[in-house]
Amino acid sequence: MKFTRRQTLALGAGAVATAAMGLPSASVAKIATADEAIAEFTGGAAIKEGGVTLTAPEIAENGNAVQVSVSAEGASAILIVADGNPSPKVATFTFGPLAGAPEASTRMRLIQTQNVTAVAKLADGSFAKASSYVKVTIGGCGG
Amino acid sequence: MSKPRPRVKVPKTAAAGDVVTIKTLISHPMESGHRKDPDTGAPIPRKIINRFKTTFEGELVLDVAIEPSISANPYFKFEMKVPKTGTVRFEWTDDDGSVYSKEKTITVS
Repeated sequence: MKFTRRQTLALGAGAVATAAMGLPSASVAKIATADEAIAEFTGGAAIKEGGVTLTAPEIAENGNAVQVSVSAEGASAILIVADGNPSPKVATFTFGPLAGAPEASTRMRLIQTQNVTAVAKLADGSFAKASSYVKVTIGGCGG
Repeated sequence: MSKPRPRVKVPKTAAAGDVVTIKTLISHPMESGHRKDPDTGAPIPRKIINRFKTTFEGELVLDVAIEPSISANPYFKFEMKVPKTGTVRFEWTDDDGSVYSKEKTITVS
């Protein structure tokens, strides 16, 4: 069986189209990007700047353990996202009725120099965020 | 691998209505699932603590959903209101389903 030039082109175009259509379903299983993680947390609601305090070092010498603190007045939940990590979501804090203050500290991994964002869900249902640019000397999550 | 060992720092006494600072740490490697074995090149499967929950007499203080980006030996520091004498319960949930817990009593004087 021999293909004419025209048939070959048509076949090629078909293969490309099939590959393209296959992509969205394949990427569903992938870990969400930073924006997707935030959208999932907010449900797509608008986020205003300010009202959240994110304390992270300007330069992190060891990306394996970067001290980070978040607090937001009247927040019921706070999400931390590191946009350059293989899995950008870091942690979601949900504060219960006995939380003394909507604030928490933890240590996270940063694989490279990147933006760290904290998104807080406030008492009135609105969302606020704060970002911090962290320079990483030695990346974490390595190996 | 040794069994994860939780450690918590909670004041023994407090005044009613006080806000106290709590520090917690649990020894755990927090394998992210992104690393590869340096010798064989085979991916090391993910094994992390995926949830940390603190309750006081059954009432929620803090609930944390943890992702692989949290460092090994996950550490948390937070504030808690103490309404009365009671027990604080800390629970760490592992990917394999096991739950490590610790309890501390705060006495209101």
